[in-house]
Amino acid sequence: MEEILEILSELHPDVDFENEEGLVDRRIIDSLDIVTLVSEIDDRLDVTIPAEEIIPENFNSAKALSELVRRLDEE
Amino acid sequence: MQHKNVLEYLEATAGRVPDKVAFAGDDCELTFAQLHEQSRAVGSSLLKEGISGEPVVVFMSKSPVETAAFFGCIYAGCSYVPIDPEMPRFRTELIFKKLSPRAVICRKDELSELESYDYDGKILCYEDMTGGGIDDEALGDIRRRQIDTDPIYIMYTSGSTGVPKGVIACHRSVIDYIEKLSKVLGITQDTVFANQTPLYFDASMKEVYPTIMFGATTYLVPKQLFMFPLKLIEYLNEHKVNTICWVVSALVIVSSLGALKSAKPEYLKTVAFGGEVFPVKQFGRWKEALPEAEFFNLYGPTEITGVCCYYRVDREFEKGDTIPVGKAFDNTEVFLLTDDNKRAQQGEVGEICVRGTSVTLGYYNDFERTSEAFVQNPLNDKYPEIIYRTGDLGKLNEHGDIVFVSRRDHQIKHMGHRIELGEIEVNVGMLSGVAMCACLYNKQKDKIELFYTGDTEQAQLLAVLKEKLPRYMLPNRIQRLEKMPLTVNGKIDRVYLQGEIDKVK
Repeated sequence: MEEILEILSELHPDVDFENEEGLVDRRIIDSLDIVTLVSEIDDRLDVTIPAEEIIPENFNSAKALSELVRRLDEE
Repeated sequence: MQHKNVLEYLEATAGRVPDKVAFAGDDCELTFAQLHEQSRAVGSSLLKEGISGEPVVVFMSKSPVETAAFFGCIYAGCSYVPIDPEMPRFRTELIFKKLSPRAVICRKDELSELESYDYDGKILCYEDMTGGGIDDEALGDIRRRQIDTDPIYIMYTSGSTGVPKGVIACHRSVIDYIEKLSKVLGITQDTVFANQTPLYFDASMKEVYPTIMFGATTYLVPKQLFMFPLKLIEYLNEHKVNTICWVVSALVIVSSLGALKSAKPEYLKTVAFGGEVFPVKQFGRWKEALPEAEFFNLYGPTEITGVCCYYRVDREFEKGDTIPVGKAFDNTEVFLLTDDNKRAQQGEVGEICVRGTSVTLGYYNDFERTSEAFVQNPLNDKYPEIIYRTGDLGKLNEHGDIVFVSRRDHQIKHMGHRIELGEIEVNVGMLSGVAMCACLYNKQKDKIELFYTGDTEQAQLLAVLKEKLPRYMLPNRIQRLEKMPLTVNGKIDRVYLQGEIDKVK
C-alpha cells in the first residue's frame, strides 16, 4: 500500500490518495497516469498488470490498486 | 466541380444520404439532414443577432452538436473558435482577451461555466438557436458574398511568450488539405472514423471534414475510454471503426498496456498517426496485430491547415530508426532551407518550410508574430510569395523522404502537441513564491521537467499550474533547487540542467 501511495503521489502531489475513492470517476487520473502507474508498478514492485485488469474498478482508489497488485503478486 | 465553400460538401451529402449518421457521441447523434438543418438554424440565429464576418466562440464539450455549431458559424459568414470548458481557465481567459468576441455559443448545461468568465458580450444558447427557424434568404445573401479566402475558424496553439497564437484558416486551404488527405487515406462513404483528438485542435479536422465531404461517419470516442484499452478496442469493434487518425501517444497507450495481445480492432484498415515520432517498438506491436492494415505517418503544423507530409509505411524499421514524415501532399511544396536560406542538399539538415494553398492566413490579431513565421519565400525575390517556416529541422534520406530531426528552438513535441517550453516557464514565473525556473525536455523518457527556486511547495505549484495550463503542458517532474545553476553571463545554465536530466537512467 505504501509503495502504491508513493507512486501515486509522485504523479499528483496535490491529491489526498489515502482517502480519495473516485480517482477514475472524478477524473483525477487520466490515460497517461494509467500508463505511468502500470510501468512504475512493473519496475518497482515487479508486478505486471495485464490489460484485462485495467478497468475502472481497479484504479478508483489507492486501496483498490494495492489489492489488485497483491492479488496479482500471489497468483 | 471546383468547390469554393466547405458548406457545399455538407449540402451535397445531406441531399444524398440525409438519414445516415454523420457524428455520434455518448450524448447524442446527428444525421446529415439534422446536421445540415441545425447548422443553418445556428447561422440564421447569428445573422438575426447581427453577427457576421467575425469570430464566434463555440464554448462546448465535445459533442456532435459542436460540429453543427461550427458549420452554423460558417453559414453566418463567421469563423468558429472552439473552446472546451475542460481547457484551463487562464488559457481561456487569454483567448477571450486577445479575441474580444461579440458572441459565444454554448449549451444550456454549460451556461453557468461560461458565465464564470469575465465576458460581457452576447451569449447564445444552442438549444434556442436551433429552435428559432431557418432564414433561407439571409443565409443565401451571405453565401452570395462569401469567397474562398474568407476565414472559417481560428484554432489556438502554444506560444513562447505565454500567449497562445490563434491560427486563422480559410475555405480554400481546408478544401485543398482535406481533398488531398482523403485521397491518400482512401476515404469513402464507407469510412467509419473514431475521433480521438479534441475538436479545438486542427487534428480533429481529419475526421470532421472528410465526414461531410464523403458522407462518412465519425464516432467521438469518450475520453475516459483511453484509460481502459480493452474497453476502447471493444468500442471500435462495436461501431465497426475502420479508420483512425490518432496522435502517437494514444496509440502507444493501447500497445504499451498490452491490449493488442488479447483483443484486436478487427475492422481497422487504415491507421494514420502523427504529432510526434512513433517509437518503432510500439509501432511494431500495431503492425503485428493488424498485418493487413495500412499505416500512415502524417506530419504538419496547425499553420498549414493540418498536415502537409505523409509517409505510407512500406518497409520494416529497426529499433533506433525513425519513420520518415515522407513527401508533400499534392499541390503543396515542402522544402528544406539551410541557415543561409539555400535549399538543403540530400542528407543536409534544414528548416522544414511549406508553400501552397494550405498555408493558413496567419495568427489572428497578431501581425508581429505572423510576420515572423509567415515570410517571403527567400528563394524568390521577384514577387510576393508567402511561405510558412515550421521551425522544425529535417533532412532528406536516400529515398527522397523527409525525416524529422529536431526543433530549432525551445519548442518540443509531447503527447502529440507542439509545446513552447517558454510558455510553461512564463506561467511558472508568474506565481508568487517562485524565484527562478527552467523547463527542459527529457527526450529519452518523453517527460517535461521543471526546475525552480523559491519557497512554494511542489504540490502547491502544480495545483496552481493546473489552472493555467492544459494537461499535456504540465511538467511530469518538478524539482525544487536551493540555487539555480547560472552561466558566467548570469543566464540559467540550461546545458548543465539538461546534462543532469540526461544523466539519470
